[in-house]
Amino acid sequence: MSAYLLQQLLNGLMLGSLYALVAIGFSLIYSILRLINFAHGDLLMVGAFAALAAAALGGPWWAVVAIVVASGALAGIAVERVAIRPLRGMPQVTGFIATLAVSVAIENLALILFTGQPRTFPVPELLRGQLELGPVRATRVDLVIILSTWLLLLVLLVVVRWSRFGRAMRALADNLLAARLVGVDVDRTILFAFALGSAFAAYAGLLWGARFGQVDPLMGFAPGLKAFVACVLGGVGSLAGAVLGGYLLGLAEVLFVGLLPPAYSGLRDAFVFAALILLLLFLPNGLLGRPEEERA
Amino acid sequence: MLRLAELWVRRGAGAVLHGVSLEVPRGELTALVGANGAGKTSLLLTISGILRPHRGELWWNPEGEEPVRLDRLSPKRIVELGVIHCPEGRQLFASMTVYDNLLLGAHQRRDRRAVERDVARMFTLFPILGERRRQRAGSLSGGEQTMLAIARALMARPRLLLLDEPSLGLAPQMADRIFETLLELRAQGVTLLLVEQNARAALEIADRGYVLEGGRVVRSGPAQQLRSDPMVQRAYLGIGA
Ligand SMILES: Nc1ncnc2c1ncn2[C@@H]1O[C@H](COP(=O)(O)OP(=O)(O)OP(=O)(O)O)[C@@H](O)[C@H]1O
Ligand SMILES: [Mg+2]
Repeated sequence: MSAYLLQQLLNGLMLGSLYALVAIGFSLIYSILRLINFAHGDLLMVGAFAALAAAALGGPWWAVVAIVVASGALAGIAVERVAIRPLRGMPQVTGFIATLAVSVAIENLALILFTGQPRTFPVPELLRGQLELGPVRATRVDLVIILSTWLLLLVLLVVVRWSRFGRAMRALADNLLAARLVGVDVDRTILFAFALGSAFAAYAGLLWGARFGQVDPLMGFAPGLKAFVACVLGGVGSLAGAVLGGYLLGLAEVLFVGLLPPAYSGLRDAFVFAALILLLLFLPNGLLGRPEEERA
Repeated sequence: MLRLAELWVRRGAGAVLHGVSLEVPRGELTALVGANGAGKTSLLLTISGILRPHRGELWWNPEGEEPVRLDRLSPKRIVELGVIHCPEGRQLFASMTVYDNLLLGAHQRRDRRAVERDVARMFTLFPILGERRRQRAGSLSGGEQTMLAIARALMARPRLLLLDEPSLGLAPQMADRIFETLLELRAQGVTLLLVEQNARAALEIADRGYVLEGGRVVRSGPAQQLRSDPMVQRAYLGIGA
């Protein structure tokens, strides 16, 4: 394999990790509430600005991470309490529109607070520099993104698979009535899922800022949309599908840009959506999704 | 004992329970029979807190404790009080394993060790579930699913067990197994409220019974007495003309 291709694969893994981090929270919330959360991408922006603020305060890197994760979780909790819980039991489309409204509100609030001017994200010393891995040069940021994503996904897997809370979440996703009848605390479980999914997105925002060096109030839109695509690709509501979809999308995007003549690179999003449509023609439930009636 | 006093419940446009009063004595098996749409399922859902009455009261008086008013508590609190509902249509967690379904039955319990022991007990009671412990509940046969639904309810260590048509779709032999299990539970001191389409079988094993029609109690009494009631015989036991 050529060094160039390996380099592109690494870039794809990096981008795919970011998508997977956002997609998994999106999928978590969908699987429990059958709610398409359009505000989910904005939580990435919240995380990026929280990182900016925390970095300005100074303090060790782990404190910055903790602040980012906590702000994401709190923002998620706020979204659920203010916009989602009051609408529970209403038609699906109502919740969907509510999350669109939340997204517009968050973005405009950020525009008022921070203006639309992109800000430079101060990449910490810790994340600067490169490593030579054989023929491939990896920036430290790339490695941190990839490895910390895998670590987080592993933690999430353990939580969902083996913890009491994870079991409650899966139960709720599977059968709401049965979950209530066995004594699952529905409100608390939904709230926790929002907090968890949003914290993941916020952490992705921190990584996004560190990787691309810039943050702005509308930065969450594109990743949010991509995460949605990743979920559909992998199979809506399937956590493994969200991760798989995220990585496929990241790799496909990078390889598309990297292997075709530069003149085509502006078409990468068109390519992504065309590929999605093609895939859904053959696999309407995505790669790992199951038909809804089988899950009920 | 469980006591419903003048319970009214609305569902959709109209009332489905019209002032139902009913008692389920502690340690007894009480049968609730009635035609399709009579309101039996609605009544059980009200006891477990899924439906809310708009009038009337619902009291549960566990042995040696103060009576608790259930109609203001969340389903979760009601489960914590040992009032467990094995619902109509089984309502398993279809995408989850047999083992996870059983653990979820014990979701409100914190005694991990005892829960594992109870899982083993369920596998003795229903050996086929043990063989299928890692299989998805949705992939079980209908009869196996019914066993799992009952086993899941038992995992909660019920003090009052509400069962909604547990024998539905089962082969006669299997249905008998289920009824035997209920009698064993009663012998262990569990209070039971059994909803059945199969009125004959229900009134045979029950201590007392209620007949529900159009959301109202139209007959009640010792099961033996109901079995010889001409109206019950005609409408629910297929005797006479
Ligand atoms: N989800 C619902 N929304 C509105 N009305 C309902 C709902 N489910 C049931 N009903 C109505 O409530 C009434 C009682 O229904 P319920 O399911 O309690 O009867 P049941 O005695 O359990 O009948 P079956 O023997 O068929 O199970 C019926 O008239 C039914 O149409
Ligand atoms: Mg019913």
